[in-house]
Amino acid sequence: MEQKDIGGHISQQFNEELEDIRNRVLAMGGLVEQQIADAMVALTQGDEQVADLVITNDYKVNGMEVAIDEECNVVLARRQPAASDLRLIVAVIKTITDLERIGDEAERIARMATHIIDKNSVVRFHSRIDHLGELVRQMLHRALNAFARMDAELAVNVWKEDLKIDKEYEGIMRQLITLMMEDSRSIPCVLDVMWAARALERIGDRARNICEYVIYLVHGKDVRHTSLEKLEEDVRVDHPAEEDPEE
Amino acid sequence: MLDTTDMANQDTPTHAIETRVLDKRDKGRSLDDEDICLEVEKLDLYYGEKKALNGINMDIPRKRVTAFIGPSGCGKSTLLRCFNRMNDLVDGCRVSGRIALDGEDINARSVNVADLRRRVGMVFQKPNPFPKSIYENVAYGLRLQGINSRRLLDEVVERSLRGAALWEEVKDCLNESAMGLSGGQQQRLVIARAIAIEPEVLLLDEPASALDPISTLKIEELVYELKDDFTIVIVTHNMQQAARVSDYTAFMYMGDMIEYADTNTIFTNPSKKMTEDYITGRYG
Repeated sequence: MEQKDIGGHISQQFNEELEDIRNRVLAMGGLVEQQIADAMVALTQGDEQVADLVITNDYKVNGMEVAIDEECNVVLARRQPAASDLRLIVAVIKTITDLERIGDEAERIARMATHIIDKNSVVRFHSRIDHLGELVRQMLHRALNAFARMDAELAVNVWKEDLKIDKEYEGIMRQLITLMMEDSRSIPCVLDVMWAARALERIGDRARNICEYVIYLVHGKDVRHTSLEKLEEDVRVDHPAEEDPEE
Repeated sequence: MLDTTDMANQDTPTHAIETRVLDKRDKGRSLDDEDICLEVEKLDLYYGEKKALNGINMDIPRKRVTAFIGPSGCGKSTLLRCFNRMNDLVDGCRVSGRIALDGEDINARSVNVADLRRRVGMVFQKPNPFPKSIYENVAYGLRLQGINSRRLLDEVVERSLRGAALWEEVKDCLNESAMGLSGGQQQRLVIARAIAIEPEVLLLDEPASALDPISTLKIEELVYELKDDFTIVIVTHNMQQAARVSDYTAFMYMGDMIEYADTNTIFTNPSKKMTEDYITGRYG
């Protein structure tokens, strides 16, 4: 049974508690998005100040995870949520874990940026990694949109974006390996860039996880560790009204 | 409150969303910060030779909901009935210790018990409307006080029925018998009757245990609204209800107060094993 409304309970207070939790998750998501954007600026433009800001702000992300977790615990204890309410709380708890890890990856990118800055090196291949960073940031943004709107179809479409990110990542890795082979002096710097690219790829994986939680929240189907075909089938077969109008 | 779906449609990051502070939320509540309405000090109670309450010490905070939970026979209803001296009506019942309402000992000789019971109202498990009209049920307490002005009575009856979330359902049949109302409506009528005389404290003794689940939720929602104006103490054998509705929870067992803290703490991380055993269903 599809559920798109988190309100509508007899208890207005319960409605407000769920709304508050959802808003906090979106606020956390927004902060993490900004962290990614800032980390990429630090990496591609060699901006040490921005890098330091990202590293410092990670504590805010961690604090948000702890605070939202606590709120979810209280709701579980006091409201004994069932069905879609329970799935919402479970989805939130999982989502904030992934968001916090994404925050860690953004911090990692900022740290790699400071290493590169320290080595006083120019990142000649920054346009490609900049593109990867933008793809990843957009994917996370759209995943959070899917969560905000409880839109499982959007979640499926965003899920597929991770395939593009993986391809782009592989391309960058090949390029970086070639660079190292061509000029061994570039190795220390290239390794830092590799770690940054790897962090971006991991963010894509985590954004994909968030899409899976949205599908679970809306349709009650656990689509983790399944193929894309199975995922699309699970979202469509039970709910023919949601079929893509283009098909 | 910002519409987050709109925010989600924009390209700008969503970290600008402010989380709304929920005014009535009891996040991080502590008894130390509360204004105290009722104080209980070293309270013992005996029914004849049998000791039912053992040295109870607690402070009931003003304009909050305090719940008493515990297994049958633990003394929660007995303690509740101490606050408006209903136990005076029980033969052989004697009390020692101190209970103070706004700093004044309610068991002092000088206390007018009728006046105490006006200030400390009570609602029982079984709805007990009078066999009168809906209007007269609510007006009864006012008439007892000598208020007969039709205009004033009308005003208070409407205010009380609105306060009990019943007005819309009964405004066109105020002269009909209260006995024709459903159980949930009767209980809300009884609450309207209690609040008509503007008590300071409302004692609710398992107010929803005779009601269906939807009526129960409506009563709980009503309790949440009423705490803006009244100090509420509720006894319930349904601990999930205590979890939903109260700000503070006291767990009692065999006449003892085992643990008393804010409800969040009691239901997420109680400090006493007995409390944990009870609320997780390991008791018994």
